[in-house]
Amino acid sequence: MLSRTADHLFWLARYTERAENTARMLDVNLQASLLPNFAASAELLWRGALGISELQEQFDERYDAVTQANVIRFLTVDSSNRSSIAACLYAARENARAVRGALTTEVWETINATWLELRTKLRDRLPERDPLEFSEWVKHRSHLFRGVIIGTMLKDEGWHFARLGTFLERADNTARILDVRYHALAEQGSPRPPAGPGEQRVDFHHWAAVLRSVSAFEVYRRVYSDVITPARVAELLVLRPDMPRSLLHCVNEVVSNLAQVRNRHSGETERRAGALQADLHYGRIEDVLRSGLHVYLTTFLDRINDVGNRISTDFLVPLSAA
Amino acid sequence: MSAGEADPRAHYREFGAWLAGQSAESIAAKRAEADLIFHRVGITFAVHGDDQGTERLIPFDVIPRIIPVAEWRRIEAGLRQRVQALNLFLHDIYHEQSIVNAGVLPPEHVFCNEQYRPEMQGVDVPAGIYAHITGVDLIRAQDGSFQVLEDNLRVPSGVSYMLEDRNMMMRLFPELFARNKVAPVAHYPDLLLENLRAVAPEGVTDPTVVVLTPGMYNSAYFEHAFLAQQMGVELVEGKDLFVEDEQIFMRTTHGPRRVDVIYRRVDDGFLDPLAFHPSSQLGAPGLLAVYRAGRVALANAIGTGVADDKSVYPFVPEMIRFYLDEEPLLANVPTWQCRRPDHLSHVLAHLPELVVKEVHGAGGYGMLIGPAATRSELEEFRRRLRARPSNYIAQPTIALSTCPTFVDAGIAPRHIDLRPFVLSGKEISIVPGGLTRVALREGSLVVNSSQGGGTKDTWVLE
Repeated sequence: MLSRTADHLFWLARYTERAENTARMLDVNLQASLLPNFAASAELLWRGALGISELQEQFDERYDAVTQANVIRFLTVDSSNRSSIAACLYAARENARAVRGALTTEVWETINATWLELRTKLRDRLPERDPLEFSEWVKHRSHLFRGVIIGTMLKDEGWHFARLGTFLERADNTARILDVRYHALAEQGSPRPPAGPGEQRVDFHHWAAVLRSVSAFEVYRRVYSDVITPARVAELLVLRPDMPRSLLHCVNEVVSNLAQVRNRHSGETERRAGALQADLHYGRIEDVLRSGLHVYLTTFLDRINDVGNRISTDFLVPLSAA
Repeated sequence: MSAGEADPRAHYREFGAWLAGQSAESIAAKRAEADLIFHRVGITFAVHGDDQGTERLIPFDVIPRIIPVAEWRRIEAGLRQRVQALNLFLHDIYHEQSIVNAGVLPPEHVFCNEQYRPEMQGVDVPAGIYAHITGVDLIRAQDGSFQVLEDNLRVPSGVSYMLEDRNMMMRLFPELFARNKVAPVAHYPDLLLENLRAVAPEGVTDPTVVVLTPGMYNSAYFEHAFLAQQMGVELVEGKDLFVEDEQIFMRTTHGPRRVDVIYRRVDDGFLDPLAFHPSSQLGAPGLLAVYRAGRVALANAIGTGVADDKSVYPFVPEMIRFYLDEEPLLANVPTWQCRRPDHLSHVLAHLPELVVKEVHGAGGYGMLIGPAATRSELEEFRRRLRARPSNYIAQPTIALSTCPTFVDAGIAPRHIDLRPFVLSGKEISIVPGGLTRVALREGSLVVNSSQGGGTKDTWVLE
């Protein structure tokens, strides 16, 4: 397969997944904003949402205040933000357009319809009027995109590169969503969660929102049949291989798809992905929490992004040349 | 279609009866559905200078253009003959130049023509085929016969619309295809692939074919992607290709892979920055050398433009006589060559009725449309014609035939032309019909999509 074609398929999947996860991130905060004592911490939460995506600086250049309306605007429709949902869906379609010959008609029509509907929704100002409905729509389109890839595309190299894009992006995004708590508190100047009784309640609501944002609330109840604790939430989203958005599950997918496209340069990349997989596979949640979840997640992000960059160099269009 | 209001031509009768039985609402709904589907499928052309990805639909008309099969057979025979002669001509002028030596064609028409590529002199191309894909623009003259307005031998486009228009008609009106025997066109990509494989360099048994596109911002990008997909071959851009060891390769996820046949949708001048425009990023440096060494096939060949130039066009009937010793089956639109004194005096005497074109001009520049010209414009052209007669040709103002078409006010006649696509490989093949373009503005003769032209499905009907 042409390197450029593989590259477009990889980024097509990454951008779609990123749009979905930005919508999920918005969900966490929008749900938190419904809590009674939200008003006091609103700015912190929204700053946290920007911090985990490393977008704070860019945001400050364009907006004078961190308000819910501004952050939503920035993360959904602002085309100057290359990670906004609108920019991601546009980039996904541009990548698809460049390789539409390598896509089935159904895949192309799904992506194109998403973009056409997006334009209508932006015209109707849906993201500002009803951000929850908008993020629901984004998630649905992303589900449809993945489904139509799995349901119609030949399982050849192109398919594996699209899957690699999906799971690399998802691993990155799940790690960031898990870390949102740390970022919100860091904004406050307090890296450790306070332990007063009122805070415990907020803590529950926060972790419940994290679970809901990655569609894991019911899963948690089924797996643990118990109260929600931060350690178990972390275990579910980091170490459970059967949880479709967990770090281990994503890395498992990266490793197996990588093996399918192996070429004579990719040995070292496979080794690093395999080492990351082994650490997650044999890891225990106590070890993860010992050095602190934030430190653990930061290291994980470095390693998964290293694998992503190496895939670009080994197979695709190297990032510096793109 | 109508000889008189009450008497549609016989081959439209069946369709006319069907259409009369449809309610205005149902047709309106079908037309809206067609627009929606074209948008969703993304059969659009890019609008230049808009980075937000604005794309326009080429308007599609649901009333087909119908050609009876007996008439199509005559057109088809004429096209075969014409394209065969054009390929022989191209081989000749890049080799012995016998047509020039015999005095049939003045040498300056060939050698002073910027479409003539001296790099191709003496180069042997596989099977001697230069124009693998030809789009011949036909019009129906007032006497009912089809005439050739233009031969397109460089990178003719539009075939994807021919195929998608048919798909659309079958989706919207399946019952029509059950009632009428419409000759199918869907095998075009198969024929194209077979032809491309047939011209691979000698010794290559399982050739790798690719489509070379200028990229997604080219106005015909949809067609390039469409054809690559339909043929199951890679769609490449210049940056995917590179030359090494006198071979051309594409970059793949498993390293370099040799390319044997390139269906290129990039103009000659941009194919190789080492040989032509040095700033072009659309081609591959060194491609020409590989091509000249016979280690890659290009379709169409480099240098075909010299055969569809306006100064050469008037000689195509002579070419047919010269190379094939046959009388042309399809006539040219009558053309006066102002370089000939007898033609010039006719042109000067009838200027208000004629269209005058520069021989190397394109896109309507440097053109005089007699009936629309002012007195001073006519005077100005008389002066230019006398000063440089060899720079001009003249043709009667063509009355394109019309076909009923949906417009805002209902159904009305609109002007049409026809572009069949002729494939030349081991043999010549043509799918029945072609692309019918229609000028949607009342009275307009311009069928180009950039100027409000649309398309129709074309039926060859038994």
